[in-house]
Amino acid sequence: MAATGTASLYVALLTALYAVGAAVYGGVTGKRAFVVSARRAFYCLAALLTLAMVVLEAAYLRTDLSFALVAQNSSTDTPTFYKATAMWSSQAGSLLLWAFLLGVLSSAVLFLTRRKHREIVPWATAVLGVVAVFFLGLMVFIGEAKPFATLATPAVEGAGLNPLLRHPAMMFHPPMLYLGYVGFTIPFAFAVGALVARSTGADWIRSTRRFALVAWTFLGFGVLLGALWSYAELGWGGYWAWDPVENAALMPWLTGTAFIHSIMVQEKRGMLRRWNVVLIITTFVLAITGTFLVRSGILDSIHAFGESTLGRPFLGFIGLVVVGSAALVVSRWDDLRSEARLDSLLSREAFFLLNNLVLVGIAAVVFWGTFFPLISDAIGPERSFGPPAFNAVTTPLAIVLVLLAGIGPVLAWRRATLAALGRALRFPLAVTAVTVAALLALAPVTDNLGGMAALAMFAFVAFTLAVIAQEFWRGARARRVMAKESWPVALANLVGRNRRRYGGYIVHAGIAFLFLGVAASSAFVEQSDVRISPGDTVEVGGYSVTYEQPTAELGGDGAGTGAPITLGALLTVKKGDETFTLRPLRNYFPSNDPSTGPISRYFEGEATSEVDLNWGLRQDLWTAVRPDLAAFEDFIAEGDRRFADSSGPIQAAAIRGIVDEYGADPPPAAFRMLVSPLVSWIWIGGAVVVFGALLALWPSPEARRRRVTSLYAARLGRELSRA
Amino acid sequence: MAGAVSVEIVVAGLVLVVLVALVVARPLIAGGGEDEEPAPADDRRAALEAAKEAKYREIRDAELDFRMGKMSEGDYRTTDRELRAQAITILKRIDELDGEKPEPR
Repeated sequence: MAATGTASLYVALLTALYAVGAAVYGGVTGKRAFVVSARRAFYCLAALLTLAMVVLEAAYLRTDLSFALVAQNSSTDTPTFYKATAMWSSQAGSLLLWAFLLGVLSSAVLFLTRRKHREIVPWATAVLGVVAVFFLGLMVFIGEAKPFATLATPAVEGAGLNPLLRHPAMMFHPPMLYLGYVGFTIPFAFAVGALVARSTGADWIRSTRRFALVAWTFLGFGVLLGALWSYAELGWGGYWAWDPVENAALMPWLTGTAFIHSIMVQEKRGMLRRWNVVLIITTFVLAITGTFLVRSGILDSIHAFGESTLGRPFLGFIGLVVVGSAALVVSRWDDLRSEARLDSLLSREAFFLLNNLVLVGIAAVVFWGTFFPLISDAIGPERSFGPPAFNAVTTPLAIVLVLLAGIGPVLAWRRATLAALGRALRFPLAVTAVTVAALLALAPVTDNLGGMAALAMFAFVAFTLAVIAQEFWRGARARRVMAKESWPVALANLVGRNRRRYGGYIVHAGIAFLFLGVAASSAFVEQSDVRISPGDTVEVGGYSVTYEQPTAELGGDGAGTGAPITLGALLTVKKGDETFTLRPLRNYFPSNDPSTGPISRYFEGEATSEVDLNWGLRQDLWTAVRPDLAAFEDFIAEGDRRFADSSGPIQAAAIRGIVDEYGADPPPAAFRMLVSPLVSWIWIGGAVVVFGALLALWPSPEARRRRVTSLYAARLGRELSRA
Repeated sequence: MAGAVSVEIVVAGLVLVVLVALVVARPLIAGGGEDEEPAPADDRRAALEAAKEAKYREIRDAELDFRMGKMSEGDYRTTDRELRAQAITILKRIDELDGEKPEPR
């Protein structure tokens, strides 16, 4: 089976090379047959990469330990769900996923545009082909990137999936991110195609807008899944650390957000053409850079980059894209002149531009903060740019962003009058004033309101939500006048017939909820790190938390991670009349180091926190435990000596004895407890954003009917002319 | 063993290459793949239809903005006039593709 997978990659590479050549030849000579042939090559590419995915996936599910990847990332006792999703936990597997998604999405867009954009499609096909050649080339020629490498002697047992990745959020996180990265490749390819063909109107945007929005949605969802994993799995209690891996995904999402706003301006007004091509090129480069950051070893240190065989090819490809795209944009600079000028600074397009500048500004800060330590490490002592520095710069920009998300919807395209703006802002400003007054009035009751930044964010969140609610109300009211409909029907038709607009408003509401959660949980979190014994009680954030007793189990991990040993605690929590229990755990996975003893390997391998939360709309109580095994070191060492040559069941009995002893007579354990206000609104906001994006993506029934009718009319005309 | 594995890869590869070649060569052999190939008029029609939909959306958006009080009546009338004129231009171009001449006024 590995041979089939390998062969499919070789043939996929040849097919991608053919697609590039045929597309370019067809574009240069005008010989349409070659363009069609190149498109069909992409269909074949998608099929070949599907075959490769199926082969590798089957190997994981069968735990075929003759596959090097399976031996390195899975094992016979890895739970089935994690076997199925472990494929993209590895470098080679994730590259295959990237290429597969590229093949499928490229085939989809080329199919959908098969009757359109005659001048643009050949060049877009060629660009997509070049990207496919790059990723396939890595998997075919570079040892550490080969997904189907086999072991001369199949392993007896695999290393298992990294315990930190044994969380559902982390298993869906890579496919979501890659759908985002690959999705942005589509508008990038069509932008380049439009530049080559000098077809710089809005046509290419109309065909790729949905791909851009889908990419943005999935990328954002992937970023949020990563944050959720961090919060629920990593045991530190936070969801965002400005880690380079996090930043790598955030940067293209930020510029992608700017792009999906500014293409609306180009569609409606023919403006920002230069800005849009630069923006989509930047987004694509950042998407590739994100993959490069995670896969090149550079994050360990700049010196590790040199040791990885993937770093240089990625850097070379990024350089090719940057230089090639820049040369193309410069050569087409005059063709990209805007059709219209900004009529007024008080217009939706002016505020979209302002919003773009803020988003790109945040992306630039994140870029600098991520790469500056790497650059400084290369030329001298490494200097860090940590979370306080990131927060200091991005927080005010984020506050401005939320404000703009509120002002933009009340403005009309082209020109809004001050009087109209004043009328539109009356209600939202009143809501904002009441919100601020209420928060300041509560200040003596809740410890304090934290910094001015949190207050400003709350104020602008209230403002934005009020604007959006008002937009729905005013729109439904207008529709009632126009169409004489009842309120519910007017509201339904308003949203149904203006899905892009109102889907966008729902997205803005989701972003507001998300920032509400971020501001509150960042500014007002209460944390308690304690070391307590059974029977002790701790006060945190108004909760009384009592450590009742330890828990100790073999093979009983309820989270389905397959951990052989789970130690934890039973906590009873009281607040007012409310009482509930929490059971934070710590999973212990065996070490693969052959030098460790048969007993100690179970306590010296990876250990992961399984936090327990009490979720709430107002606040979360988050707990994590770290049992102290220092008191058992002598027992464990004795076990290594005494049972070194014993059979498996005897060693297992020894381990059970140690675990049971922990349960019967535990030493004090370290706990972290956090009370995070409104943190659930981050996840709620994310869900609202996804819903809004899906609504905005959904085609309207009238447009669908008109498209079908026109296609039939065209076909009829063509066939009649042949008769 | 390594030789046997290589043979497997070669055989599998040849089979796949043949299948791919059959698919990609079809339009070259069939002289352009007429059924798949958009006529230039279809391509222009698709672009015009997309532009028409976008213009209709702009016209509706402008009316909704006016009804919601975001635009003055004067600005709305001007904008609506411009957008409708642009839409009519697009419709005329679609009609020209169909071979129908617009009725003289």
